[in-house]
Amino acid sequence: MSEPAGPLLEVRDLDVRIPISRGTVRAVDGASFTVGVGEAMGLVGESGCGKSMTLRAVMGLLPRPAVITGGQVLFEGEDLAKARASRLRDLRGKGIAMIFQEPMTALNPVMKVGAQIAEAPFAHLGYGRRKSRDRAIELMQLVGIPDPERRSQSYPHELSGGMRQRVMIAIALSCEPRLILCDEPTTALDVTIQDQILKLLLKLREELGMSIVFVTHDLAVVAQTCQSLAVMYAGQVVEIGSVHEVFHQPRHPYTLGLLRSVPDPDDVRDVLDSIPGAPPDLVSPPEGCRFAARCTFAQDDCLEGDKPLLPLEGGRASACIYPDRPAESVREQPVITGV
Amino acid sequence: MSEPLLAVRGLEKHFVVADTLARKLRRQPPDVVQAVAGVDLEVARGEVLGLVGESGCGKSTLGRCIVGLYQPNAGEVLWEGEPLGVRRDRAGRRRMQMVFQDPYSSLNPRMTVRQTLSELLRVHRMVPRDRIDERCRELMDLVGLGARSLDAHPRQFSGGQRQRVSIARALALEPELLVADEPVSALDVSVQATVLNLLDELRTRLGLTMLFIAHNMAVVRHVCDRVSVMYLGRIVETAPTAELFANPRHPDTQGLLKAVPRLVPGRASQAPAMVGDPPSPINPPSGCRFHPRCPLAQQICHEVDPALAAGPAGEVHEAACHFAWTAPPASHQPEVVETG
Repeated sequence: MSEPAGPLLEVRDLDVRIPISRGTVRAVDGASFTVGVGEAMGLVGESGCGKSMTLRAVMGLLPRPAVITGGQVLFEGEDLAKARASRLRDLRGKGIAMIFQEPMTALNPVMKVGAQIAEAPFAHLGYGRRKSRDRAIELMQLVGIPDPERRSQSYPHELSGGMRQRVMIAIALSCEPRLILCDEPTTALDVTIQDQILKLLLKLREELGMSIVFVTHDLAVVAQTCQSLAVMYAGQVVEIGSVHEVFHQPRHPYTLGLLRSVPDPDDVRDVLDSIPGAPPDLVSPPEGCRFAARCTFAQDDCLEGDKPLLPLEGGRASACIYPDRPAESVREQPVITGV
Repeated sequence: MSEPLLAVRGLEKHFVVADTLARKLRRQPPDVVQAVAGVDLEVARGEVLGLVGESGCGKSTLGRCIVGLYQPNAGEVLWEGEPLGVRRDRAGRRRMQMVFQDPYSSLNPRMTVRQTLSELLRVHRMVPRDRIDERCRELMDLVGLGARSLDAHPRQFSGGQRQRVSIARALALEPELLVADEPVSALDVSVQATVLNLLDELRTRLGLTMLFIAHNMAVVRHVCDRVSVMYLGRIVETAPTAELFANPRHPDTQGLLKAVPRLVPGRASQAPAMVGDPPSPINPPSGCRFHPRCPLAQQICHEVDPALAAGPAGEVHEAACHFAWTAPPASHQPEVVETG
């Protein structure tokens, strides 16, 4: 395959605002990142940091009353933030597909799963009924659903959580999209089933060569699935880099905090590290670095002025004005043991 | 050895899932889920026992039988050697309290934290009426929330804070045993750590005994002294935490451990740690219940149900696998079986 080098998806200074009764929530505030062709990128952060909103903005599926108020979403060079609804509808499924967190609420409870998978090829690819049905069974086989002929006649409630998520993946794959957006696809699952689903996604990405954006709050999930990551905090992207480099040498204190809070079954620590405090209110975020109030390295100058993402060596970037401090802390006390 | 604080003997709990008129007329027996199928366990005073297993293995049902929310079909729950019924007096209910998984649905949304806590303190006569306010503030302090939060409603809290309120509610009755049913699985990883640390600290400060239910092995490692692993209604392995993590003997335990995503980038193997879904507890597999998913399964595993057997370390480490304490046969990839 000779794809042009260059990003498949580029998000530039994206702003998403949600008007509420007491003001405007700055849900996403100048977020920028890129996803290369065939790359898997993790978008990481705590609940309410704007990672799901970012994903939905890319898809043009923001829940009302949230709106994009600035920035660009460039998919293969085309700005989706300004695209018409009809163009977005055309791209969904074929260009970009999405896998949601809760398969039980995302699937239609009164429709057989085979028919739900066949729907997209029928509508988007112009397949006939027979061909769509065959395609659905082929996809079910691909995502590892045993006995697909029989299972295609099941309703979602007859399937386990893991099987439902496989059905979601089959639907996402049905029109061979170039980009799949995963919104916490394994958060509602058992660890054993999470492991199966993550490995399935890895295998499919290798075989089909699509790009993936993986939204999660668990850095360990990113370690196992992605090549690069963007860390979000309070609506802003605060660190970008390759998974390998960021995990071994985080350059933002928030990333370090997230890394240290993951419980590791191979390692006993007396006390798990945690990030004290809570994220700021996004209606009136504090001036300066939004993480400063929870940061152990914070200085007076952290509280003043905007803190944009600053480029560092090796294509990395951090919004911290003291990016060496978290790196030093890791040198003294490594996050990842046994490497 | 002295009497354990809590002991469970041969506990069974069944649920009838399909009993229609048509079945009754045909005189067919109803479909029965064996949620807990014969469990023995002991928790010593001051100890934290972890109970780990996949969804549907019966760990929550077991916890609910212990606190008296379910009536077991067989077996008994002993408190310092005395059998406990389901109908318990107030003092009996106070001794054991539970923290539930979902902090969004386990708190009354129309009551402030103060109302929730003071109702308990009043009904159970924990403190004199004029000291209720003071005690509420103490409880909030204990779980690391300011007294300011007392007049807030649950919706004003984040998930981690709500779980702290749930813990404060459980502690209001000064229980001797706390049953925590997946207290952190609904929370973000960064918040999980704070709640786990809180439970650990409370345990030292108050000398709490705890039954800690979870599906993630990584989570129990930091909190528990001993861990029991459950599969399809049975306990398949029990050992002190460090021993279990260093030397897991049951293939289910090994799979659960392997399935936890690690922070080291790209180190995981291609194959999933465990294939397939847990089989239906309506019609559990013959022989060893784990054999359809087991990489070691042999002919004997299809036929004979292994009992818990102690290893060379003595009774502290028990596993219910035919090959737990002998050289295991060559491992193979089990076929994905159709379930449900």
